[in-house]
Amino acid sequence: MSVTSAPAPVPAVATSGVSRFTSRLRLKGAPWVPLFILAMVLVAAIGGETLTPHDPNGLNLGAAFKPPFWQAGGTSEYLLGTDNLGRDVLSRIIAGARVSAIVSLYAIVFSGAIGTMLGIIAGYFGGIIDTIIVRIAEIKMAIPGLALALIFSATMDPGLSTVIIVIVLTYWTWYARIIRSEVLSLRERDYVAFAKVAGCGSLTIFFRHLLPNIFNTLVVLMTLQVGQVILFEASLSFLGLGIQAPDTSWGLMLADARQYITYAWWGITMPGIAIMLTCLSSNLTGDWLRDLLDPKRRQL
Amino acid sequence: MKVVFAKGLLNALISILGASLIIFIISRLSGDPVSLMLPMDAPQSAIRALREELGLDRPMWEQYLIFLWKAVQGDFGQSYRWQVPALTLVFERLPATIALASAAFAFSLMLAIPLGVLSAVHRGSWIDQIGRVIAMLGQAVPSFWVGLILILVFAVELRWLPAFGAGGVQHVILPAIALGWYPVAAQTRIIRSGMLEVLESDYIRMGRAVGTPERLLIWKYAFRNALLPLVTIMGVYFASMLSGAFVVETVFAWPGLGRTVVEAVFSRDFPVVQAGVLITTILFVLSNFLVDLSYGLIDPRIRL
Repeated sequence: MSVTSAPAPVPAVATSGVSRFTSRLRLKGAPWVPLFILAMVLVAAIGGETLTPHDPNGLNLGAAFKPPFWQAGGTSEYLLGTDNLGRDVLSRIIAGARVSAIVSLYAIVFSGAIGTMLGIIAGYFGGIIDTIIVRIAEIKMAIPGLALALIFSATMDPGLSTVIIVIVLTYWTWYARIIRSEVLSLRERDYVAFAKVAGCGSLTIFFRHLLPNIFNTLVVLMTLQVGQVILFEASLSFLGLGIQAPDTSWGLMLADARQYITYAWWGITMPGIAIMLTCLSSNLTGDWLRDLLDPKRRQL
Repeated sequence: MKVVFAKGLLNALISILGASLIIFIISRLSGDPVSLMLPMDAPQSAIRALREELGLDRPMWEQYLIFLWKAVQGDFGQSYRWQVPALTLVFERLPATIALASAAFAFSLMLAIPLGVLSAVHRGSWIDQIGRVIAMLGQAVPSFWVGLILILVFAVELRWLPAFGAGGVQHVILPAIALGWYPVAAQTRIIRSGMLEVLESDYIRMGRAVGTPERLLIWKYAFRNALLPLVTIMGVYFASMLSGAFVVETVFAWPGLGRTVVEAVFSRDFPVVQAGVLITTILFVLSNFLVDLSYGLIDPRIRL
């Protein structure tokens, strides 16, 4: 060891938010069980009726109220039992995963996009635009989420698209608020000032300088929202204001099974467990991502 | 203090006004509000009379002012299912909802306070773990499902408590647990982190050094200060219970405002939906406003 070796060349710093995202994404300590459950839900949602052991809507009154296989009277043909019309509970849970996935996907993409856009605009421009956006968000937040959904459902026909619209209307403020506060501090950074001085337009600054920097926060928010969306959809469908038969969803299954609670405990138990496992998994995954990508936001 | 009060009141009024505008706009989304406001078999003369009353031939903003003016006077129209003014019906059902929400709130605090304090004091112990598991589960299950499971276990299987309806104290237990379950998680977390912060502070260490009994330190000196962050979100959670009541009241057939509004949605009793949602919103805004005011009372440092 004669000469002190020259410092190793600094590796090129990943500048884009996406590559920084993947570089920080370490698999060590990943919540494997929750990720596996989410993957199963996704497979069920994509596979749908090709995966179900029975037709999820197939009536078979002779096989009504069969208990799950481990109970006396249960058969391995209907692993989780059947409902009042003899429909296979497992098949319906698999079919219901599709609704959860579709609602989550649309609701998250739209509320995320609208909320992020408004949050960036409010935080970046400030002034009167900021005041207006913040005020609208405050007013929206003054109406309790389900109350907004109820009045909306009273005027529109219930169904998948109404559920999605209601959830988007409810959740955009969540993104807008958090992204706005993030942008408020980002816009004071030197590189934003430089970009402005260099003559970049607002759109360039949005997409090249602000969006990559809030990417991590967005990923965390979106993952954490999955569980909330699923709970919201289940509540709406349970009230009869969400998904309508013959489509099926976990909330709707619970609504159907409710009146037979004294004969068939599995009817209200199994779809609830599906909801619980999915929400739990998305919350745990979200927590993991947050600790990994965005340690400032432990309180979310 | 006066300035804070006036500012808060102004903000609350703006929120309520804005909410009424949103409700008005949504009620016009379907095109013809008259079809919402009247039963399907309403006679032509009634339809014409209501059209005139709502001023449907006039510009939108004028229609909103008419709506607002009538709302301020308490006129939301007649419930055609119950044949009484919508607002009368709402106020008749409201006490049951407030009673349920209060019971649920008490339940959530009864669980969250000991859990939060103990898991902060015994950080990393089994009680901390239990608190964490409860918090995780609480946020992953819908309140109506908690209600259904409670009915299954305590009403159907064990036959300890009634499954639905209202009456004595035993009727309120299950719905209160179902409704109070969700906020337990957040409340526990807030108390826990508040306690952790306070327990690190100098005056607690000082107290410990001079030999103050641990129990006195925790419950008298630390807990009081850890309470403040809880109070700040208390209003939000009480208000969110008013919203959760829509579902839980339906599960337990609790005769409150929530179930009334949900039923009104199904019987297309639009005046009741409108009045119920606006009154819930006003309660929501007011409870937040009161919480803001109470900061100063609880924590003299914030008094302005």
